[in-house]
Amino acid sequence: MKYALYTGCTAKESTPELLKSTLAVAKVLGIEIEILNEASCCGASHLQDFDEFLSLVLNARNICLAEKRGLKLVTLCNTCQLMLENTKQKLDSDEEVKAKVNEKLAEVGYKYTGESKIQHFLYAILEDVGLEEISKHVKKPLNLKVAPFYGCHIIRPSKTHDGANLNENPFKPNAIESLIKVLLGEPVDYAMKTKCCGFHVDLQNTPVSEKLTASALIDASESGAEMMVTPCPLCHLNLDVKQKAAAKEANKEFNMPVLHLPQLIGLAFGIEPKELGLHHHVTPVEV
Amino acid sequence: MKVTFKVYRYNPETDDKPHYEKYELELKDDGVLLDALNQIKWEIDGSLSYRRSCRHGICGSCAVKLNGKNVLACKTSIKEAVEMFGSTLIVEPLTKNKEKVIKDLVIDKKDFWDKNAKVKPYLIAEIDEHPESENLIKPALLELIEEADYCIACGCCYYTCESIRANKDFLGPQALAKTYRFTADVRDQAKKERLELVDKLGIGIWDCVKCQGCIEVCPKGVDPFTKITHLHNQVFEEGVAKRNVATKHAEGFVHSIKKHGILDEGMLVLYSEGANVVRHMPEAISMFMKGKIKLPWQMPKSEGLDEIQKLIEISQTHELKD
Repeated sequence: MKYALYTGCTAKESTPELLKSTLAVAKVLGIEIEILNEASCCGASHLQDFDEFLSLVLNARNICLAEKRGLKLVTLCNTCQLMLENTKQKLDSDEEVKAKVNEKLAEVGYKYTGESKIQHFLYAILEDVGLEEISKHVKKPLNLKVAPFYGCHIIRPSKTHDGANLNENPFKPNAIESLIKVLLGEPVDYAMKTKCCGFHVDLQNTPVSEKLTASALIDASESGAEMMVTPCPLCHLNLDVKQKAAAKEANKEFNMPVLHLPQLIGLAFGIEPKELGLHHHVTPVEV
Repeated sequence: MKVTFKVYRYNPETDDKPHYEKYELELKDDGVLLDALNQIKWEIDGSLSYRRSCRHGICGSCAVKLNGKNVLACKTSIKEAVEMFGSTLIVEPLTKNKEKVIKDLVIDKKDFWDKNAKVKPYLIAEIDEHPESENLIKPALLELIEEADYCIACGCCYYTCESIRANKDFLGPQALAKTYRFTADVRDQAKKERLELVDKLGIGIWDCVKCQGCIEVCPKGVDPFTKITHLHNQVFEEGVAKRNVATKHAEGFVHSIKKHGILDEGMLVLYSEGANVVRHMPEAISMFMKGKIKLPWQMPKSEGLDEIQKLIEISQTHELKD
């Protein structure tokens, strides 16, 4: 099994532990990874605000990189997933737009065909490896109450993600819970698990972003979670790095470890915390 | 089909706090949520209050929250709801903010209507009062507004909006989609005025948190989020975009991708915020201590930078300011 890995920018910069832990977990699961080092930024749901067409062209090229290799394109970030999947849907459903984009791509030697599936790592391993096989690698049961925080762009809009997230119900998702269970942890159910962390207005309206981050942390804490886990590095940045600021905004105290999804899996697989990059977290993770 | 309904009940005139009432109903497979509410009111408990009118997904009156999802009761199949959420269905008003609940499932939507009114939701044009024929436009131009024109102002998107949850001043997805309905209409003569309006009301169009919730719940397929994106594009096209953190953030991506292929996260914040970047210092220091910040000389570049730069050069449709 081999994936073309679209790391996104964050896993190469502010969350190096995400890439590290993904590679460690993939190795255990027998997944070969080919990192798409020639890829560009997906635009992180802001580039299209300035220039929709440019966003389409750059992401079409990113998809082409996986198509050229004949591999599934696997993402590590909710927003990258949405940007790439959005591009794929637009090009696959509009021949005129596809032709315009391909005209530009031809200038640098690419042609978008739409052959590659695009899937977030979470759903890719659920589809290709399966819960049963994952459970066979568990060496250190989690024995913890873990609050899943989905983040917006992996579940919404459901019409865009279509089959890529295995037809997840955005109002009652189950993928992360099912993983926590096979890792022998206890998933915590709480209302904020499908809400927004506020990352995308962090610069222009910091109080709004902090309020949303705080509400997720409060709900998870009050629901008895000992740690949170998220498939999105952007949510992670808000929940982990901005935890103190959110606490101040909400006039509360938090000390909530927030793990990237592969880190949680890796812990249960018995991978060393250092190899999973737990020391990179701003809010300490004690295991 | 046997279904249990847990319905939010609250009469501010007599109740200290809201509670949920349980009703077990036997329903036909082809029924909708409104049928269930009617059955409760007509056969079990006449005191239940909810809004209803057209029964055909047109008036938007019967919008309620069903297991966390805002829906039109008259358009929501019970069978599909049970498949989605199981045989216990929780019915609540669009917002449980006690100040807004008039009774049970009926809320005061004044905040919603006020914002709708603020964006002048009507065509502004010199119109012949006695036209001899319709004011026709080409199908391709109509396509630009078609989805946005389907909005029935039910409030499903507004009361699910995560920006609104944290910031009551935000115009919200419905008002912004309505704005786009007219800025995209060639017959409207107030495009620039409308764009200036939504660009300056609060932080206007730039406060959307991009959670996609509005797309998920819109019962008419309006896709307000994409309309907000089109408004972002239009303010750049029409030259009305103010130089602020949000606009610089959006165009800053092009600068960064041009230089590195990937994003220089630190420099993007500096570009967007200018001198105000110092407010991030405490977080930046804690990130640096944990090895989460790339210094300029460590900044990785995409191995395909030449191709990326070429594509930007030939594909960019909007001009950069700096």
